Amino acid sequence: MNAIITTPTQPSTSPATARPPSPSPGRQLATLALALLRSFVRDRVALLFTFVFPLMFLAVFGLLFRSGSDPTSIGVVGAGPVVDALPADVFTVRRFDSLDAAVAKVQSGDLPAVVAQRGDTVLLRYAASDQVASATIRGIIGAAIARANVDATGQQPRFSADFQQVEAADTRPIQYFTPGILSWAIATSAVFGAALTLVTWRRKQLLRRIRLSPAPAGTVVGARVGVSLVTALAQAALFVGVAVTPPFGLQLSHQWWLAIPLLLVGTLSCLSIGLLVGAIARTEEAAQAMANLVVLPMAFLSGTFFDISQMPPWLRTVSNALPLRHLTDGMLDVLVRGKGANALLLPTAVLLGFALALTFAATRLFRWDDV
Amino acid sequence: MRRSAVPPVRPTPGSRNDDHRDIGHGREAPAIEVDGLVKTYGAVRAVDKVSLTVGEGEFFGILGPNGAGKTTLMELIEGLRQPDAGQVLLLGQRPWPRNPRLLPRIGVQLQASAFFDKLSAREQLETFGALYGVPAARAAELLEVVGLTDRADTRDDKLSGGQRQRLSIACALVHDPDVVFLDEPTGALDPQARRNLWDLLGEIQARGKTILYTTHHLDEAEALCDRVAIMDHGRVLAMGRPAELVRDLEAPTRVSLPATALDLDTARGLPGADGASADLGEVVVTTHRPAALLGALAERDRLDGLAVRTATLEDVFLQLTGREYRA
Repeated sequence: MNAIITTPTQPSTSPATARPPSPSPGRQLATLALALLRSFVRDRVALLFTFVFPLMFLAVFGLLFRSGSDPTSIGVVGAGPVVDALPADVFTVRRFDSLDAAVAKVQSGDLPAVVAQRGDTVLLRYAASDQVASATIRGIIGAAIARANVDATGQQPRFSADFQQVEAADTRPIQYFTPGILSWAIATSAVFGAALTLVTWRRKQLLRRIRLSPAPAGTVVGARVGVSLVTALAQAALFVGVAVTPPFGLQLSHQWWLAIPLLLVGTLSCLSIGLLVGAIARTEEAAQAMANLVVLPMAFLSGTFFDISQMPPWLRTVSNALPLRHLTDGMLDVLVRGKGANALLLPTAVLLGFALALTFAATRLFRWDDV
Repeated sequence: MRRSAVPPVRPTPGSRNDDHRDIGHGREAPAIEVDGLVKTYGAVRAVDKVSLTVGEGEFFGILGPNGAGKTTLMELIEGLRQPDAGQVLLLGQRPWPRNPRLLPRIGVQLQASAFFDKLSAREQLETFGALYGVPAARAAELLEVVGLTDRADTRDDKLSGGQRQRLSIACALVHDPDVVFLDEPTGALDPQARRNLWDLLGEIQARGKTILYTTHHLDEAEALCDRVAIMDHGRVLAMGRPAELVRDLEAPTRVSLPATALDLDTARGLPGADGASADLGEVVVTTHRPAALLGALAERDRLDGLAVRTATLEDVFLQLTGREYRA
């Protein structure tokens, strides 16, 4: 019988000779990983969420918490030793001719306070609606009056002040919110990536198709995990790369590279969350909803966006059970607080333990098929 | 009608009258041996005591309406599911539990398009090839086989239904397997795309592959398969060569003519005619001796507008189940 198609491959009359060479695990892994990477790079929505979204957060937080806050405006009426000696780095002075006109501005909310000097009396009229601002202004004006009083006596002050910041490092807000946003970004893409891959592959029967090939499960999982780790590193590189540029001005510690192993185990533990979500959810929509339900509360409780020191103690205890809390803390320690490798021990151990426990749970619940 | 593109003669170890147990003693071991297979889901017996044998190089069709148990039977043979009872031997080995030595020798095409996200046709083949350790160059070869060379750089979601199905089949063949499983390969295709795929399936068989495929198109199975098993409610109702199954029905051939060409009484009196009836402006003559009848009509020069309808597998299904075949 004539073969209708002409290809170099012989019809498999003898199965032994037609058999392809036995698969080399390294090439299998590399080809699969490349396929996954291609899928990812061609998915614009995924790229947006992975790379652009975190940068948007960086920009928004950068605007919200501008370091070195602007001098407070204050209204000034009249002249005298106190009002003339107001510290220029704290206050921007707006002069008014009459106290009434200035008070009207305070009442309308345009100015936090007005200070007037009438002879030896200093009048301060302030808006109590902003308690922090009014307390600060009262304190500063009080100190200015006390200093003027001492000067007026002509004596040397008996007490002198020695103020010094205790942190060695930079304390600008960017130093504190950058590691948090980075941790959140990595967690989000790892959880969503793992969950959606699993659900999509199951729904499209790709999981079943892969199971019917001789490729070991370890190769397939390895390729997926490898691509996620590379993605996390790329995410971190881009994010930190932008954060250190002048508009943001992040200062990295000397041992910033200690963040890399932490980032990798953090990704692993978040992948395990995604794996569990993907094992339970049947549809992409369900997987997305579940992933959001896990990631968002975890992000807030772990202090990725806001300082959690104000939270009730029991809630802070709860947050110790969350991998993101340890990732964020560890990132802060090595990225900006300048702590050494010792600071990695606890977070790494917790994150790895978490990854193992959840992966085990996911394998229990794992299904190849929808049926 | 069997098409000429399918080689008419090939060794078929199992024909309808063979007892499947006899085949094991033959010269070549059968590609697939299924014996007393049972699979139950809750109260439903999806596969109910099915036994069948598929010889090497045979094109075997599992037919039946949706829900007949075709896919479950296929999955049991592939080793995706554990049988409740009975046994499967695929190329002489048990496919369940997952048998990695067997997997390189079977190729599977699934009902859904199981492709990797956002990869081109060539990349899909390269990736599936990697799962089997096949060189990347094999992708171009297979694109040629399934006629998708000019679509090599097109992503799977941009292909037409027929093209996607061809790619899916190419992915099943990427490692040159001995046994190919095709689950409803023509399921959602339009008639033209179905026809195009028939040629491809015939070519695959010509390469010496054993093909096990499911379909709910009985006409297609009649055209393509060496042997078929007709399933309903998890059971095999009949098995054998399509032509034999139809012949065994001993159903009459129906010859129809425009009523203007022939009146009913003349029709009844024709040589070979068993009976005649008038229907919608046509006279339909039934016969068990079509040659005699057609000869008589030719003599009378009454062949204009004549149509001959012989029994099909649908008639076999009707006779076996007592109901009309509905896919």
